[in-house]
Amino acid sequence: MQTEASKLQTVLVTDCGSTTTKALLFEKTPAGWRQTCRGEAPTTVEAPVADVTVGAMNAFAEVQELSGRQILDARAGVGSHPFLEQGGGRPGGIDLYLSTSSAGGGLQMVVAGVVKEMTTESAQRAALGAGAIIMDAISADDGREDYERIQRIRHLRPDIVLLSGGVDGGSRSHVIETAEILLAAAPRPRFGDTLKLPVIYAGNCQAAAEVSELLSKIAQVAVVENVRPTLDRENLGPAREAIHEFFLTHVMSHSPGYGKLLKWTPLPVMPTPAAVGNVVRTFAEGRGLNVLCADIGGATTDVFSVFKNASGERVFNRTVSANLGMSYSIANVLVETGSAAISRWLCYEIEDSELRDRLRNKMIRPTSIPQTREDLWLEQAVCREALALSLQHHRSLAVGLSGVQQRRGIADIFSQKKNRVDLVDMMELDLVIGSGGVLSHAPERLSAALMMLDGFALEGVTQIAVDSIFMMPHLGALAAMHPLAAQEVFEHDCLVNIGHAIVPVWSSGGSGAGGEVAQVFLDGRAVAAVRRSDVKCVPLERGRVYRLRVEARNGAVDLGRGAGKAWEGEIEGGCVGLILDGRNRPIEMPSAGAAHAFQADLFRGVGLL
Amino acid sequence: MSRSLVPNLEVRRGLRLERLRELPVRGEVLAAVGSKVQAGDVVARAYLPGDLHIVRVAEKLGIEPFEVARGLKVKVGDPITKGQLLCEHAGLFGLFKSRCVAESEGEVEFFMEKTGHIGVREKARPVELKAYVSGQVVKVEPEKSVTVQCYGAFIQGVFGVGGERLGEIKLLPVAPDQVLAPEHVPADAAGKILVGGCRPSLETLQSAAQAGVQGLVTGSIDDYALAGYLGYDLGIALTGDEDVPMTLIVTEGFGLIPIAARVLEVLGSFEGSQASLNGATQVRAGAIRPEVIVCHNDESIMDEDAGGAGSLGFRLGSRVRIVRVPYFGKLGEVVDLPDGVERIESGAMARVLRAKLDEGQVVTVPRANVELV
Repeated sequence: MQTEASKLQTVLVTDCGSTTTKALLFEKTPAGWRQTCRGEAPTTVEAPVADVTVGAMNAFAEVQELSGRQILDARAGVGSHPFLEQGGGRPGGIDLYLSTSSAGGGLQMVVAGVVKEMTTESAQRAALGAGAIIMDAISADDGREDYERIQRIRHLRPDIVLLSGGVDGGSRSHVIETAEILLAAAPRPRFGDTLKLPVIYAGNCQAAAEVSELLSKIAQVAVVENVRPTLDRENLGPAREAIHEFFLTHVMSHSPGYGKLLKWTPLPVMPTPAAVGNVVRTFAEGRGLNVLCADIGGATTDVFSVFKNASGERVFNRTVSANLGMSYSIANVLVETGSAAISRWLCYEIEDSELRDRLRNKMIRPTSIPQTREDLWLEQAVCREALALSLQHHRSLAVGLSGVQQRRGIADIFSQKKNRVDLVDMMELDLVIGSGGVLSHAPERLSAALMMLDGFALEGVTQIAVDSIFMMPHLGALAAMHPLAAQEVFEHDCLVNIGHAIVPVWSSGGSGAGGEVAQVFLDGRAVAAVRRSDVKCVPLERGRVYRLRVEARNGAVDLGRGAGKAWEGEIEGGCVGLILDGRNRPIEMPSAGAAHAFQADLFRGVGLL
Repeated sequence: MSRSLVPNLEVRRGLRLERLRELPVRGEVLAAVGSKVQAGDVVARAYLPGDLHIVRVAEKLGIEPFEVARGLKVKVGDPITKGQLLCEHAGLFGLFKSRCVAESEGEVEFFMEKTGHIGVREKARPVELKAYVSGQVVKVEPEKSVTVQCYGAFIQGVFGVGGERLGEIKLLPVAPDQVLAPEHVPADAAGKILVGGCRPSLETLQSAAQAGVQGLVTGSIDDYALAGYLGYDLGIALTGDEDVPMTLIVTEGFGLIPIAARVLEVLGSFEGSQASLNGATQVRAGAIRPEVIVCHNDESIMDEDAGGAGSLGFRLGSRVRIVRVPYFGKLGEVVDLPDGVERIESGAMARVLRAKLDEGQVVTVPRANVELV
């Protein structure tokens, strides 16, 4: 495989997601680097196949069929990569193969501590804060026998174990006993032999060395600060960050057959969020924009943000909400948010039991896709809620946003209070980017825009873009080898400018006569008004640059420049144009009985019905 | 997605299977390599030390520790029974005798002269590991595990709850699309694995569990009945450890979907046979699906498509089941496999196939929504 950037002509990149494996072909053309062909296939992590490379091969075959370019070598031997290498006078072939992966899916953890209502509970909070599903919480006082705990840990096949216990300087024996239970259970990783189970130790610091030595036989151990250094002090940040890091680098990318995939590419297989994060960060910093990006997958939703902090520096944050997604984790979104919250986004009536059964069916058959409009809208409704939850999670976790340590009084020991400065300011957001199947493959770009508008509850004036065919992970991988090629493709083929959302926000008495809250001017000409409770679109010429001015109707209305002040700036026309949203924030919705009719009116108003 | 390898669920009359049986702590393996075992046989056992009870005799009787030593009626190592006299104190002039008796069965582990405390260790409790499947032991890891190999019918469900259980297969005399009601639970259901129908109500699940049913294999379940049965709302499909009295396996999904004819046919041919089932499900990478195994160990029983449906992909004439609305649960035959992508009702472009449903209608469906049966 060619690893010299200047000599590359054709690069094949896959993203092995938890549900779908997407293969993209990038080629150097006379006009520059372009994405030229795309193939996809279901990710094959379930029996009878249980080998991620099979899904990848299926996606390669589809690229080969669609492009007419021979990329697979029928004579490739067992153990070598399957590609036809370019050169030697042969037509076809590729120079390089790269991959990202999130095939491992969500994050399921076991936490262990000494006292159920003290250290174990702190460990639970740390794990929940990191977006994990807690499969079980083991405590010395949980009323179970050791063998029961051991059996349970073995059966569960957790992705990560968080072990806590004891205050710093306190008794070491109990936490060591808990470590011994883990040792006896010797929990195996979920699959394959390429990963040793990650165990994060966040207990009594004086037992750290012993615990680490004990468990290193069966696990890769990371020692972080105690989640409960003293009885009245909780310190969740370091454990939460360690969970996040382990998940990102060691868990989500692994899957059956991962070891084989590693041998096909000369570069490490990047975790999908790391790849997307690189692209977002480079773009936002290069353009000097505040950017929010969500990549919503089958098992996880990854959120990336670049915002200016108080000293004017742009700060990049990345979070992975491990169990918010559109297939494996779809029922978890239902449990987290409730069926009523999902149903309110639908433009048709549906029985609650029918809604729940449909989402459960997606959970157990994660690779199926909506066939009808109604089914598609249901998934898009779930997407709105998943985006809202993952943004909440992002705001609570993003580095630099939260106080990692907090002093807790005895009265606060059993509760979790937040104390943070929110860096993610929706009014300051310049650009929101959506990626992932449900957003990138929405049949209408407007639907993708509305999912982000509602899910993120955008405010002020914000440009909305979408990853055209879901290629940001691939570009992140390509950028690691050839940044210039990745940048060219990103600007030419990846980012689709859907348009700009204009969302006035007011506290009270914001609307004027006829419910008008703001007036919109393009190049000095009044083109539309934003009216209370109304959502509508104003088409613009795609690619044309306009001078946009939005005037608040009175002093209570904020458009991002301060209450009562006008917003003015240059914008480029997107494929939808302007989306004027007069629903205020938090989004004003009618009562449950009228929600479907309201949504139907909204959909009709913007041309989706 | 021209090469959809959808997760087909195995429904086989004859298949070689291995099951690893592993002790939670080191113990004793009771079966040797080559030995034949029945599903209910104990193949390994470990002893767990009993709880230690400290009997504070001096405090109880209000005497000094040296007086406890004088009146001690047991010695270290003695087995004791509940109510057995541990210590007797004569009292003033021998008139007011006070006694301390054992509150639990066990063995005297220690006596502390300085404190007058007696340590009574309860009897070690055995943890027994059953074979789960009937067959032959093919591997033993001393003190740790046994691997049992069997040949039998193997049916995978799409989702289940509850752990391993054994029982006798009994087909319910109902149509595949019959919604199961409490009256469908037969009087002789105790110890059985009931098979048939669909969408049991919560009351049906509770009736079956109360009747001593070991397992229920049915076409579908509704989410509310499941939540009621479990006592909580399930977030992700990770099951198997629920504290439920009966294992439940659904073969098709959630809603009102009849149990597949093939499942009825295969399990029906083994009615009255002993079966093993496990509801454990993990829908994530490295998925685990629930299973029913009937270990007949008769290798002459084979399936016509011994290669397994999943390895074949779609072909004209393939028998398929649709797993998504609007045709959820319908069965049919592939009649066309177009090469390119087509626009479906949702507006999305997808690889599709055309299937002639058993009702006669020809429908176009995304390949991702079709399973081979």
